[in-house]
Amino acid sequence: MKLTLRVWRQSGPQDKGGMVEYKLDDVSPDASFLEMLDVLNEKLIASGEEPVAFDHDCREGICGMCSLVINGTPHGPERATTTCQLHMRKFKDGEVIDVEPWRAKAFPVVKDLVVDRSAFDRMIQAGGYITAPTGTAPEAHATPVPKPDADRAFEAAECIGCGACVAACPNGSAALFLGAKVTHLGLMPQGQPERWDRVVSMLDTHDEEGFGGCTNTGECTVACPKGIPLDVIGRLNHDYLKATAGGKKR
Amino acid sequence: MTHGYYTSGEPIADAKAPAGAIEERWTTRKFEAKQVNPANKRKKKIIIIGTGLAGGSAGATLGEAGYHVQQFCFQDSPRRAHSIAAQGGINAAKNYRNDGDSVYRLFYETVKGGDFRSRESNVYRLADISRQIIDQCVAQGVPFAREYGGLLDNRSFGGTQVSRTFYARGQTGQQLLLGAYQALMRQVDAGNVELYPRHEMLDLIMEDGRARGVVVRNLIDGEIKHYTADAVVLASGGYGNVYFLSTNAMGSNVTASWRAHRHGALFANPCYTQIHPTCIPVSGDHQSKLTLMSESLRNDGRVWVPKKAGDTRRPYDIPEDERDYYLERIYPSFGNLVPRDIASRAAKNVCDEGRGVGPGGLGVYLDFADAIARLGRDKVEAKYGNLFEMYERITGENPYDTPMRIYPAVHYTMGGLWVDYDLESTVPGLFVIGEANFSDHGANRLGASALMQGLADGYFVLPNTIGDYIARNSLPPVAETAIGEAQERVRTRIERLLSIDGDRSVDSFHRELGHIMWEYCGMERTEEGLRKALDLIPALREEFWTRVKVTGKGEELNQQLEKAGRVADFFELAELMVVDALHRAESCGGHFRAESQDEDGEAKRDDDNFGYVAAWEWAGEDAQPVLHKEALNFEYVKPTQRSYK
Repeated sequence: MKLTLRVWRQSGPQDKGGMVEYKLDDVSPDASFLEMLDVLNEKLIASGEEPVAFDHDCREGICGMCSLVINGTPHGPERATTTCQLHMRKFKDGEVIDVEPWRAKAFPVVKDLVVDRSAFDRMIQAGGYITAPTGTAPEAHATPVPKPDADRAFEAAECIGCGACVAACPNGSAALFLGAKVTHLGLMPQGQPERWDRVVSMLDTHDEEGFGGCTNTGECTVACPKGIPLDVIGRLNHDYLKATAGGKKR
Repeated sequence: MTHGYYTSGEPIADAKAPAGAIEERWTTRKFEAKQVNPANKRKKKIIIIGTGLAGGSAGATLGEAGYHVQQFCFQDSPRRAHSIAAQGGINAAKNYRNDGDSVYRLFYETVKGGDFRSRESNVYRLADISRQIIDQCVAQGVPFAREYGGLLDNRSFGGTQVSRTFYARGQTGQQLLLGAYQALMRQVDAGNVELYPRHEMLDLIMEDGRARGVVVRNLIDGEIKHYTADAVVLASGGYGNVYFLSTNAMGSNVTASWRAHRHGALFANPCYTQIHPTCIPVSGDHQSKLTLMSESLRNDGRVWVPKKAGDTRRPYDIPEDERDYYLERIYPSFGNLVPRDIASRAAKNVCDEGRGVGPGGLGVYLDFADAIARLGRDKVEAKYGNLFEMYERITGENPYDTPMRIYPAVHYTMGGLWVDYDLESTVPGLFVIGEANFSDHGANRLGASALMQGLADGYFVLPNTIGDYIARNSLPPVAETAIGEAQERVRTRIERLLSIDGDRSVDSFHRELGHIMWEYCGMERTEEGLRKALDLIPALREEFWTRVKVTGKGEELNQQLEKAGRVADFFELAELMVVDALHRAESCGGHFRAESQDEDGEAKRDDDNFGYVAAWEWAGEDAQPVLHKEALNFEYVKPTQRSYK
């Protein structure tokens, strides 16, 4: 395949940045999008130019490290797919492809296509866990969990923390990410004691980190590579209201 | 004594496991351990490199115990450690299926599955702790698969006939890692753990022969920094990426372990690499990595190839009686569930006979037609849906309609830094946990045992042994000279890499090294091939140091520089792997020496001559490595020929 790539280049957080055009011949349709970028980088190195910096690691769709806004869509045109699992057979020969970083106030650009997503870690630190010190756990079968709850909790827990939801949201909200964690832990019996403090604390941190408010546009769930459903945001709002207006928070 | 390519050193006298009945040893060791007073713990610093299942669980537990932990990972978040990609499950001897499982059975099968090249004391402890791990993870809210009655579900895995594997669809590693990560984040918030993501350990700070800290590079701005502590823990994973193509994440590397090795930490059984039987075959030269399909697929999928060589018909045009379900034929009692080394070699053999399928003939079918007919498509989808989706995405083929194609690929390294029963390396104060150590899997790891070992080490073993070291040693502040020397080593090396300014990319060298390793030190090895690799690797390494081109500067985010440092270490490791493989003239686990096979073509172990752990000492850049042997004694599981027939 022949391709024209327009890639966002930005040497550092202070640099203004801009799109730079590159041409590639002979891209295999079986290559993943990241492998295609590897090929571009090999070409750039050979011609003495700086390769494009981008984040990636497991390349099997689970670590959440890969990002990239491709032709205006986080992780590209294929639904429920990470960039590393997007293959070039999904593009047309001769196509012009725009490649940009996640764009959100809470995700500052580090270099080229690499952004800082550490705000996600800080939201988890604010309460995205169940307090269970090592070695104190009761026998695993002591607390049965209804299968439907376990299954729904699992679906929410599938979130890979990539940040596509934020990149897709016109408000730069992380409500889907947050809703996924609140839903996962809130559906398990083990998660009940801290349920109300968790939601308030996490949402407060969300706002402090500079993520925007949720206005239910639903772009997040469309962009989510794991198909986290929009109703986790409903659950987030429900728990938040109950915790604050309902006076559940300790 | 010299042997041409290595020299022999003193045997390892003591691995520190207590004597007595195997069931009592861990209790005895814990009782004998000296304790650190709770009020003193916060004054004691521990550095942890890596945040996967082993590192994450260790950081969470040590932070909770009150130690001051400084923890580093090269990813942008600890949640991205490669443990997250483990699919199938985690073993535990809970006997929830009432199928005769027990701690002893898990212990027995792990020692046997590892082809009698692991230490009994360690493996028994692992099997025993396995039950507590499940309790811990459930308490953290890990959403394991459940029965309608609300209790935990189980499935079986390769190499075993009981159902002892706990799972969360095909994302068990992800869910367990998130549990550990969340527990770790809680400690970060509590101020017990200082977290440094996007930092890479580049050297060890040594003083008085002890590990006292690390030099790291901040990957964002290239700043070289140092951190000192009372003890250092490596939880930095395996080194399968030495093969270039593997199922490892792209960033997985050996640097932390290798830097420690050069300071005196012995490297044990480096050639023990697990080749996983169920990976998606290679599609072309652009390929950067291989993707594993969970072994749990072999519970319902049937493996076959055409009976006739060169049969290029589509799978469904090949009638039943012209198919060879070779695993079921050769190994009737285990069938498709034979252990990984057996399944991998069998696949290679049928492909070598010209009966492989797909492009290049390097593939076998994993067929779900029978399972779909028996269980219905919905049930199959519920069990394996995400794996099927992943397969379709990568290959463009729908596995509900046409059989998957699979082929073996480099997956897990059983070798690693040598550790004693306390998980301490031969460098005092340097502890090694998870895949980075060599200890529990012998020459072959059973499916669903990696997650078990990572969490056993991190949650339960290390936190009970590291305190003994800290309590017994009074550790003065580290001298500036020791810190300065370590920083200087790091700076010199970075400058050297940046100054070569050659004409070949780092990746081009890595690929070439990987080809040599796969060809000569892969699934099947011969003395001739290994000797050839010992000619090729040093020559390529020399070329690397004169022709590599590392773009950019040291004081910035520079992914080429990161890779170059890692590949430079892979070169040195690769040579040691080949030396280890060459000296071990027996077939054992995933390591098949063509010269050592029985009349049926099965691996032939040689316990009389090789019933030991090979632990290698670094002797210097131009010196031959020194072999130290740790004899393995089997008091409980008598070595027998493994047979799955």
